[in-house]
Amino acid sequence: MLPTFDVVVIGGGPAGIAAAVRAAECGVNVAIVDDNAFLGGQIWRKSFSLDAHAGEASLWFRRLEKAKVATFCGKRVFCQPEPGVLICEGDDHVLELRYRNLVLATGAREGFLPFPGWTLPNVMGAGGLQAMVKSGLPIAGKRVVVAGTGPLLLAVAAYLRKQGAEIPILCEQASWDKLARFGLTLLASPKKFAQALQLKRELAVNFSANTWPVAAHGTTKLESVTISHNGQTETINCHYLACGFHLVPNSELSALLGCEIRNAFVQTDELQRTTVPGIFCAGEPTSIGGLELSLIEGQIAGLAAAGRVLDAERLFPERKAARRFARHLEHTFSLRNELRTLPSSDTIVCRCEDVRYSRLQRHSSWRSAKLHTRCGMGPCQGRVCGPATAFLFKWNPDSVRPPLFPVRVDSLATCSTPAPENVIGDH
Amino acid sequence: MRMPSEITIKVNGHALSVPVGATVAVAMALAVSKCRTSVSGELRGPLCGMGICFECRVNINGRRHRKSCQILCEPDMEVSSED
Repeated sequence: MLPTFDVVVIGGGPAGIAAAVRAAECGVNVAIVDDNAFLGGQIWRKSFSLDAHAGEASLWFRRLEKAKVATFCGKRVFCQPEPGVLICEGDDHVLELRYRNLVLATGAREGFLPFPGWTLPNVMGAGGLQAMVKSGLPIAGKRVVVAGTGPLLLAVAAYLRKQGAEIPILCEQASWDKLARFGLTLLASPKKFAQALQLKRELAVNFSANTWPVAAHGTTKLESVTISHNGQTETINCHYLACGFHLVPNSELSALLGCEIRNAFVQTDELQRTTVPGIFCAGEPTSIGGLELSLIEGQIAGLAAAGRVLDAERLFPERKAARRFARHLEHTFSLRNELRTLPSSDTIVCRCEDVRYSRLQRHSSWRSAKLHTRCGMGPCQGRVCGPATAFLFKWNPDSVRPPLFPVRVDSLATCSTPAPENVIGDH
Repeated sequence: MRMPSEITIKVNGHALSVPVGATVAVAMALAVSKCRTSVSGELRGPLCGMGICFECRVNINGRRHRKSCQILCEPDMEVSSED
């Protein structure tokens, strides 16, 4: 059996790595867990053809290695049978982790919205397609329409272009007006402004605001996309549609552990403490603020979890500045009302159970839709259609129950509380 | 960038060469551009690319419902789409 760790960090992206590094550098016993094959999360996902990370990521990876953090990859937390114990499912076994303090750095996923044809193969998330290319998908010479909303679209378009893809258009649903005001706020942050300028240089693609996808076409896979631009529609042939509507926090584990969640975000105090004693949260689950904020919050959480409150407090001013950027992001890339009218009556909303829009319209709540249509009851447990229906119908999410993910029956058996011995055979 | 070397796996019974380090989701995209058939008969491939959506699930070495975007190809792996 593994020892009890002073600090266990869930999630190996920038926030989790920063938390693990700062905690371990204080001399406490730290473990970090991630469900992917490698640490790095999404933004620091390494390309399959490269041996090592570059830039800022490489510095953090070096510190992580030096700090002797116990690393568990390919492990998914699915339940907490008792406080201080987490059960994770691995490839062919179950891992039990005991912690004194816990840092939740579970990151974010892309927001998806249903529109006719969005379930066709080769319609992917923007970050989703980038992850596929980093995992070996050849993209050189392919035509990719990038669409949706958020700064991630620019980064993805720049990356794909660098890999040799042709990007006929980048469709951003936000208005020019909002984008211009967002651009002005970047002037207050020299680092972000420089990043934006560099992206613009690398991008050199047809960027179109006030533009969004209305339908994807194809028989066995995507062949073309129809977009709406200032009231006009246009159909563009392409191999892939990379389409994401900003980011959604992964707050399911926090909810399962009893942490307070408001408007999908995990509530934390100055030291990144959640409302549950001994449980901290850092990065995108607390607010969508990007890499810089994730690194700062991760460090504060890691230091605080290791008992170094004074060191953590030194990072407060930096975090305050980074949080301002998060608020601008939220305002700029909020979804416009027109997107609620994208699905037609036979558009699939829940991809796991193939529940169509017309069946959901009859219901007044997420709970009612789940019980009557199986919407959100499939393998992804509503991680895709939950945020979509929250936007389409203004439904509130339900409570989260274990197991957090579908798991094997033998994994589930390890999670159940054993019956007291005297019960068996007494009757 | 170094030239990636290749390994051979089997997808739906046919041999396929993939670069070392590629995920099974990539192999499926190269071979058949779908991973599974949905409950109402639609063809589906990966959506999120990061282990959230379960659209990329396939059978690997006889085990069902594996998330192919999170699993690396290994020599002689036998993969099939979920129909």
